[in-house]
Amino acid sequence: MTSENKIYFYPIWLRIWHGVNALGILILIFTGINMQFSSPKFELMNFELAVNLHNIAGIIISFNYLFFFFGNMLTNNHKYYRLKLKGLMKRLNLQIGYYTSGMFKHEQPPFPLSEKRKFNPMQKVSYLVAMYFFVPGLIITGLALLFPELIIEKVYSVSGIFMTAIFHASLGFLVSIFLIVHLYVASIGKHPLKNYKSMINGYHDLSGH
Amino acid sequence: MRSSFLFLLLMLSVGISQKSQAQEKALSPENDLCIKCHTHQTFTFQNTLTKKEDKRMMNPLYILDKDHFASGVHAKFKCTDCHSADYTTYPHNAELKLEPLSTCLDCHGGDEKYAAYQFEKIDEEFQKSVHYQKSGESFTCSKCHNQHYYQAKSRTSYVVDDIISFSNEMCMSCHSNNTKFQLLSDTLKPALAQIHAWLPNQELHFKNVRCIECHTQVVDSLSVSHNILPKEKALKNCVECHSKNSMLEASLYKYKNLQSRSQEGKLNSIISNKSYVIGAYQNDWLNRISIIIFLLALTGICIHVVLRIIKK
Repeated sequence: MTSENKIYFYPIWLRIWHGVNALGILILIFTGINMQFSSPKFELMNFELAVNLHNIAGIIISFNYLFFFFGNMLTNNHKYYRLKLKGLMKRLNLQIGYYTSGMFKHEQPPFPLSEKRKFNPMQKVSYLVAMYFFVPGLIITGLALLFPELIIEKVYSVSGIFMTAIFHASLGFLVSIFLIVHLYVASIGKHPLKNYKSMINGYHDLSGH
Repeated sequence: MRSSFLFLLLMLSVGISQKSQAQEKALSPENDLCIKCHTHQTFTFQNTLTKKEDKRMMNPLYILDKDHFASGVHAKFKCTDCHSADYTTYPHNAELKLEPLSTCLDCHGGDEKYAAYQFEKIDEEFQKSVHYQKSGESFTCSKCHNQHYYQAKSRTSYVVDDIISFSNEMCMSCHSNNTKFQLLSDTLKPALAQIHAWLPNQELHFKNVRCIECHTQVVDSLSVSHNILPKEKALKNCVECHSKNSMLEASLYKYKNLQSRSQEGKLNSIISNKSYVIGAYQNDWLNRISIIIFLLALTGICIHVVLRIIKK
């Protein structure tokens, strides 16, 4: 579905998922930081409110993930996530080379986006890791912490809840780093706001990258 | 394989028999006669009126759990150390029930041997507590600390869960039992689940912290605070515990903390014996690594932005 230089990259279901996910993750990071670093002297937000909001946002994000997962399975969107391992390092190096040097020399991107390629190799790898490792890991550990009676009490001599919580907080931190980089990389293009607009109207403008 | 199984079985049985021997040994042999009746459901005596031997039900309150007693702090005591020596006559004189029993301070007060326990300070704190304020002298130490079974768990146990359940059972012995509660009160026991409905993950809190964590005023010099606060003054601020300087370090984990400093590595005691408390657990190394990663990401982005502007 193209119109001149525009590709309809982001169907409505994907944009709804992305919007809910973005808002949910922002709430989760804010409330998560508030809980992790809470102190009687400094509270960004009331602790109890932060816990409740974190739980609600976590449940919404979990259902939203199912929406993404099955949406991907049932539509063609999953094909953009398929990763060929052969030559992957080479492709990644090319893309890194473009971001660190090529784009400043106004070179053409090594993997221009098209109807067949929605993500460059770096995007593909980072989205795969984030969406198929980090987020499911967070959902599983988060649900376990929501129902702590399900967690194995002791793994050898270490508390099961302790291990789960450390994993949850660490993965949460990694997702927040992903978010920062994701938001920044999205500003790379002909105009810094171009990609943000695409995530609203669904069309990706091919003129300039 | 079979021989190692048999060996294990042998070791276990030796262990068990040694344990029961130890318990038997712990009790004073002078208690044998008392225990003979006071660990059973029934007792027999010579009825002086009918001139026959009578068998009666023992009052359940007077039945002692021998093993439980043997693991308590007073296991080596003779019954007559606290109860009247006249109890050695049988059947007992009914009036003996009226004798006042010794209080904890009668024995422990001013005793050098127990200086570390600070019984006088405990008494001082207790007199400020809601228990004393409402019930006065009739709220004796034994209302919480059963002299027959008491163990100094918060000082001796290596397992935090044990300390918690032992402590909470003391509160629950009255607060979840109307009969005992009404020994000192004219009202019914408070509905604990409803009163604590505001507490997120109520069951988890009840299982993993002691009632006294929120319901006492922490005194640093005491191992366990005894100033039980009225409910209006109980702690209701989540971050008092859920923060880096968690109050739990000064209460529930105080003994463990002192112990770990002198004996084992702190990390080991933390990961093996603490429940995870949101906000209270902040590992310095993980914090440092995360700050470094965060700063690296920000620096990378800043350099990239500058290059984008320059090379536009």
